[in-house]
Order: sequence, then structure tokens, then C-alpha cells
Amino acid sequence: MNEMNIESAVYSTNHEGNTSGINATIDGIQMSVPLDPANRHYAEIMRQVEAGTLTIAEAE
Amino acid sequence: MSKLKVTTISDPDNDNTALTIDSSGNVTASQGFVPSTQLSHRNLIINGAMQVAQRGTSFTTNGYTLDRWDLSLSGATGTVTQESFALDSEVGGCKNYQKLAVTTGDNFCGIVHRIEDVQSIKGGETFTLSFYAKGTNPGGGSMKVRVRQRFGSGGSTAVNVGTLDSITLTNSWQRFTITKTYNSLSGKTIGTGSFIELFIHQDESDTSTDAWELNITGVQLEVGSVATPFEHRSYGEELARCQRYYVRYSSDGSNNQAFLIGAVNSSTSAAICSTNFTNPMRAIPTASYSGADTLRIFDGSGAPVLTSISTQASSITTGSLDLVASGGGLTTGRVALIIPKSNTDCYVDFDAEL
Repeated sequence: MNEMNIESAVYSTNHEGNTSGINATIDGIQMSVPLDPANRHYAEIMRQVEAGTLTIAEAE
Repeated sequence: MSKLKVTTISDPDNDNTALTIDSSGNVTASQGFVPSTQLSHRNLIINGAMQVAQRGTSFTTNGYTLDRWDLSLSGATGTVTQESFALDSEVGGCKNYQKLAVTTGDNFCGIVHRIEDVQSIKGGETFTLSFYAKGTNPGGGSMKVRVRQRFGSGGSTAVNVGTLDSITLTNSWQRFTITKTYNSLSGKTIGTGSFIELFIHQDESDTSTDAWELNITGVQLEVGSVATPFEHRSYGEELARCQRYYVRYSSDGSNNQAFLIGAVNSSTSAAICSTNFTNPMRAIPTASYSGADTLRIFDGSGAPVLTSISTQASSITTGSLDLVASGGGLTTGRVALIIPKSNTDCYVDFDAEL
């Protein structure tokens, strides 16, 4: 089965300056992913980070 | 073989009539009726009749297609479409079916359905999968049906339930039935986001690039050793079930209609938007939208084009987004709407699929 192709992962912050999610391009679509382990995109991002194949950039 | 002809059946102690059989063979239960298997909510598959299609009706890339159904091309090329039966030609009482037309085959190309919670079936229990299908087979001559236990993030390694089953499609609709025993869950670690996976696909050992086609509807997975008639649900009920996993707020582009409300401008080029979901979602959802140059933030005077959205403080009941636009023109503190740009088809998605 297919794995997600994740690119350009960057933490996002809310209007109070707290980290609120990860903005990433997943399978060619820009997505905003919440920090929820039950979310499949977040789980896959964390799996790829742990595997050393993806790095999440700090918020700009 | 013998035949018993009676019109009533009564209890032996008090002679209360329990069952009445009329001249047409209709049976009426006069007292309580206690079935050994449940009469409703049997089907663990959502959108088994392929009637809900929030994302659209034609797809050529990997990912979710008709609601709750995922396309795995795995190197193949093909198209999934939602199709309608001709009137009076419905199969299994279903109006729609899913068509996967593969132009270049490859192993593991197929469709996937995920049933939330690996504990939806008890370990050791018998369950039955049934569906209507027709089409042509991959080069290897048949298709495989796999049921797999997925234990989620932090959980045990996924395992198949029994061996894979083969089905051979023909050019006529037929109902396939597969009965299996669910693996014991004893000793397993169930992590976050566990599920039961149903995968109908070109076999692993079949690397043929031949074209093939799967047409399928009336998919039902139920506890028990018998395939009961497909359990029909209304469109509204099925949509509500689907929206636990995915919601699309959309506009067909006509009249620049507002389709997301509840935004407040946080600056001249940004707004915070919050919308309540009709049904609580399975997990905090991922947000995305129809892409560059499709949406505007409109506050009554300014209407800059949306350039990005970010999850702000979403929950399973509320989608809360930071919206950023280019060019400014908004008035800080004003209430705003999300509208299409130039009458284009557009949407905002919330995805909590498995």
C-alpha cells in the first residue's frame, strides 16, 4: 500500500504564539496538521521524523 | 424431509399465541421477539452502497475517493468513479457502485476500507464479508481479499486474519461471501487509531500490467457466519457516519456564496475562523483547502484572496483556523465570511480518516 509523501513540514503557531500544528505538503496538497496522535497525518509525520527521513522546521 | 402446516404456534404452558402464519406465508410474532443476531446496525462498513461522495466522483491518484474508501494504486494507473445503476437495474437494492478501472496493473493495486477500532470484532468471533461485484480480473486471473488487524500507533504489528481469499470476477454481478474467524486479541497492544482493514486488490505475486476492472457495491462486514441481506441506510444517515471521518465545506461557485462563516479579522490581511462540526470527528482533523487563487476573505468591503490556512485551536467538535490573505484590505475586528473567488468551485476540508 502507498505511503504518504510528506514535504516542507513546518510548525505553525497560533495568534498567541503557541505551537498549534504542522503545515506540510502531503501527497502534493498543502495541509495543516494538528498535534493529535490520533490524526493519521500527524502519526505519519512523527513516524518519518523518528525514522530520520523527515525534519520539521521551526515556525517562521 | 417433512412439512409442518400450522397457522398458529403457542407457548406450551399458557397457550399464548406466539406466531401467526397467514395464507401468504407472512409470519407475525405476537409476543416478544428475541433474535440470536442483531437485526440492525449489523454492517461495520460505512458507505458500503457507495452513495456518499463528498470529495467528488472521479479520482486518478492515491488517497480517499468515495467516502471511507481509499484507492491504492501502488504503481498502477487507474480511475475510481462513482457510478449509478440504470433505473430498475439496481443490484442488491443499491443505487450506486464504485468502479475501479485499471489501465496499467501492478501488484497491490486495489481499494481499501478501514473500520475504526480493531476491537470492533471480538477475538475468536466468526464474521462474514459479503459484496456484489463484477468486472475483469488482473493478469493473474483473480483478485485477493485481505482482512488485516491494524493496532495503531504504538500498538502491536499488523497481522492478517487468516489467509487471503481469492475471488474471480465475471461480466455479471454476483454476490461474494467470505466467512472467517477473527484472530484473538489476547496479548496484543492496542495503540492509538487502531482499525480493521479490508483490502481488495491485485495479488502480491501478480505483477502483470494488464488492464482490469472492479465494479463493487453492497459491501457488508458483520459478525456471524451468515451473510444477511445488505443493510440499507438512508443517505443522511450514511453521510452523518462518514462525517465522523471527513467533512467538506464547499461551494459550487455560483453567486459567490459564502460557505464558511464565523470569521473575525485579526489584521488587515488575516482572520480567525471557527466552525462547529455537525458530528464530532474521530480525531482532531487535518485542514486543507481547494488551493491557490480559489477563496477570498470577505468582510463587507475588503475581499483579499486567501493564501494559507493553519490549524489554530481545532478540536474534534470545532474547526478553528488562522486564515491569511494577500494584499490586505480587511478591517481588523470585523466579522468576515469565506467566499469563492470569481465563482470558482472551492472547498475547505477537515480530514480525520484512519
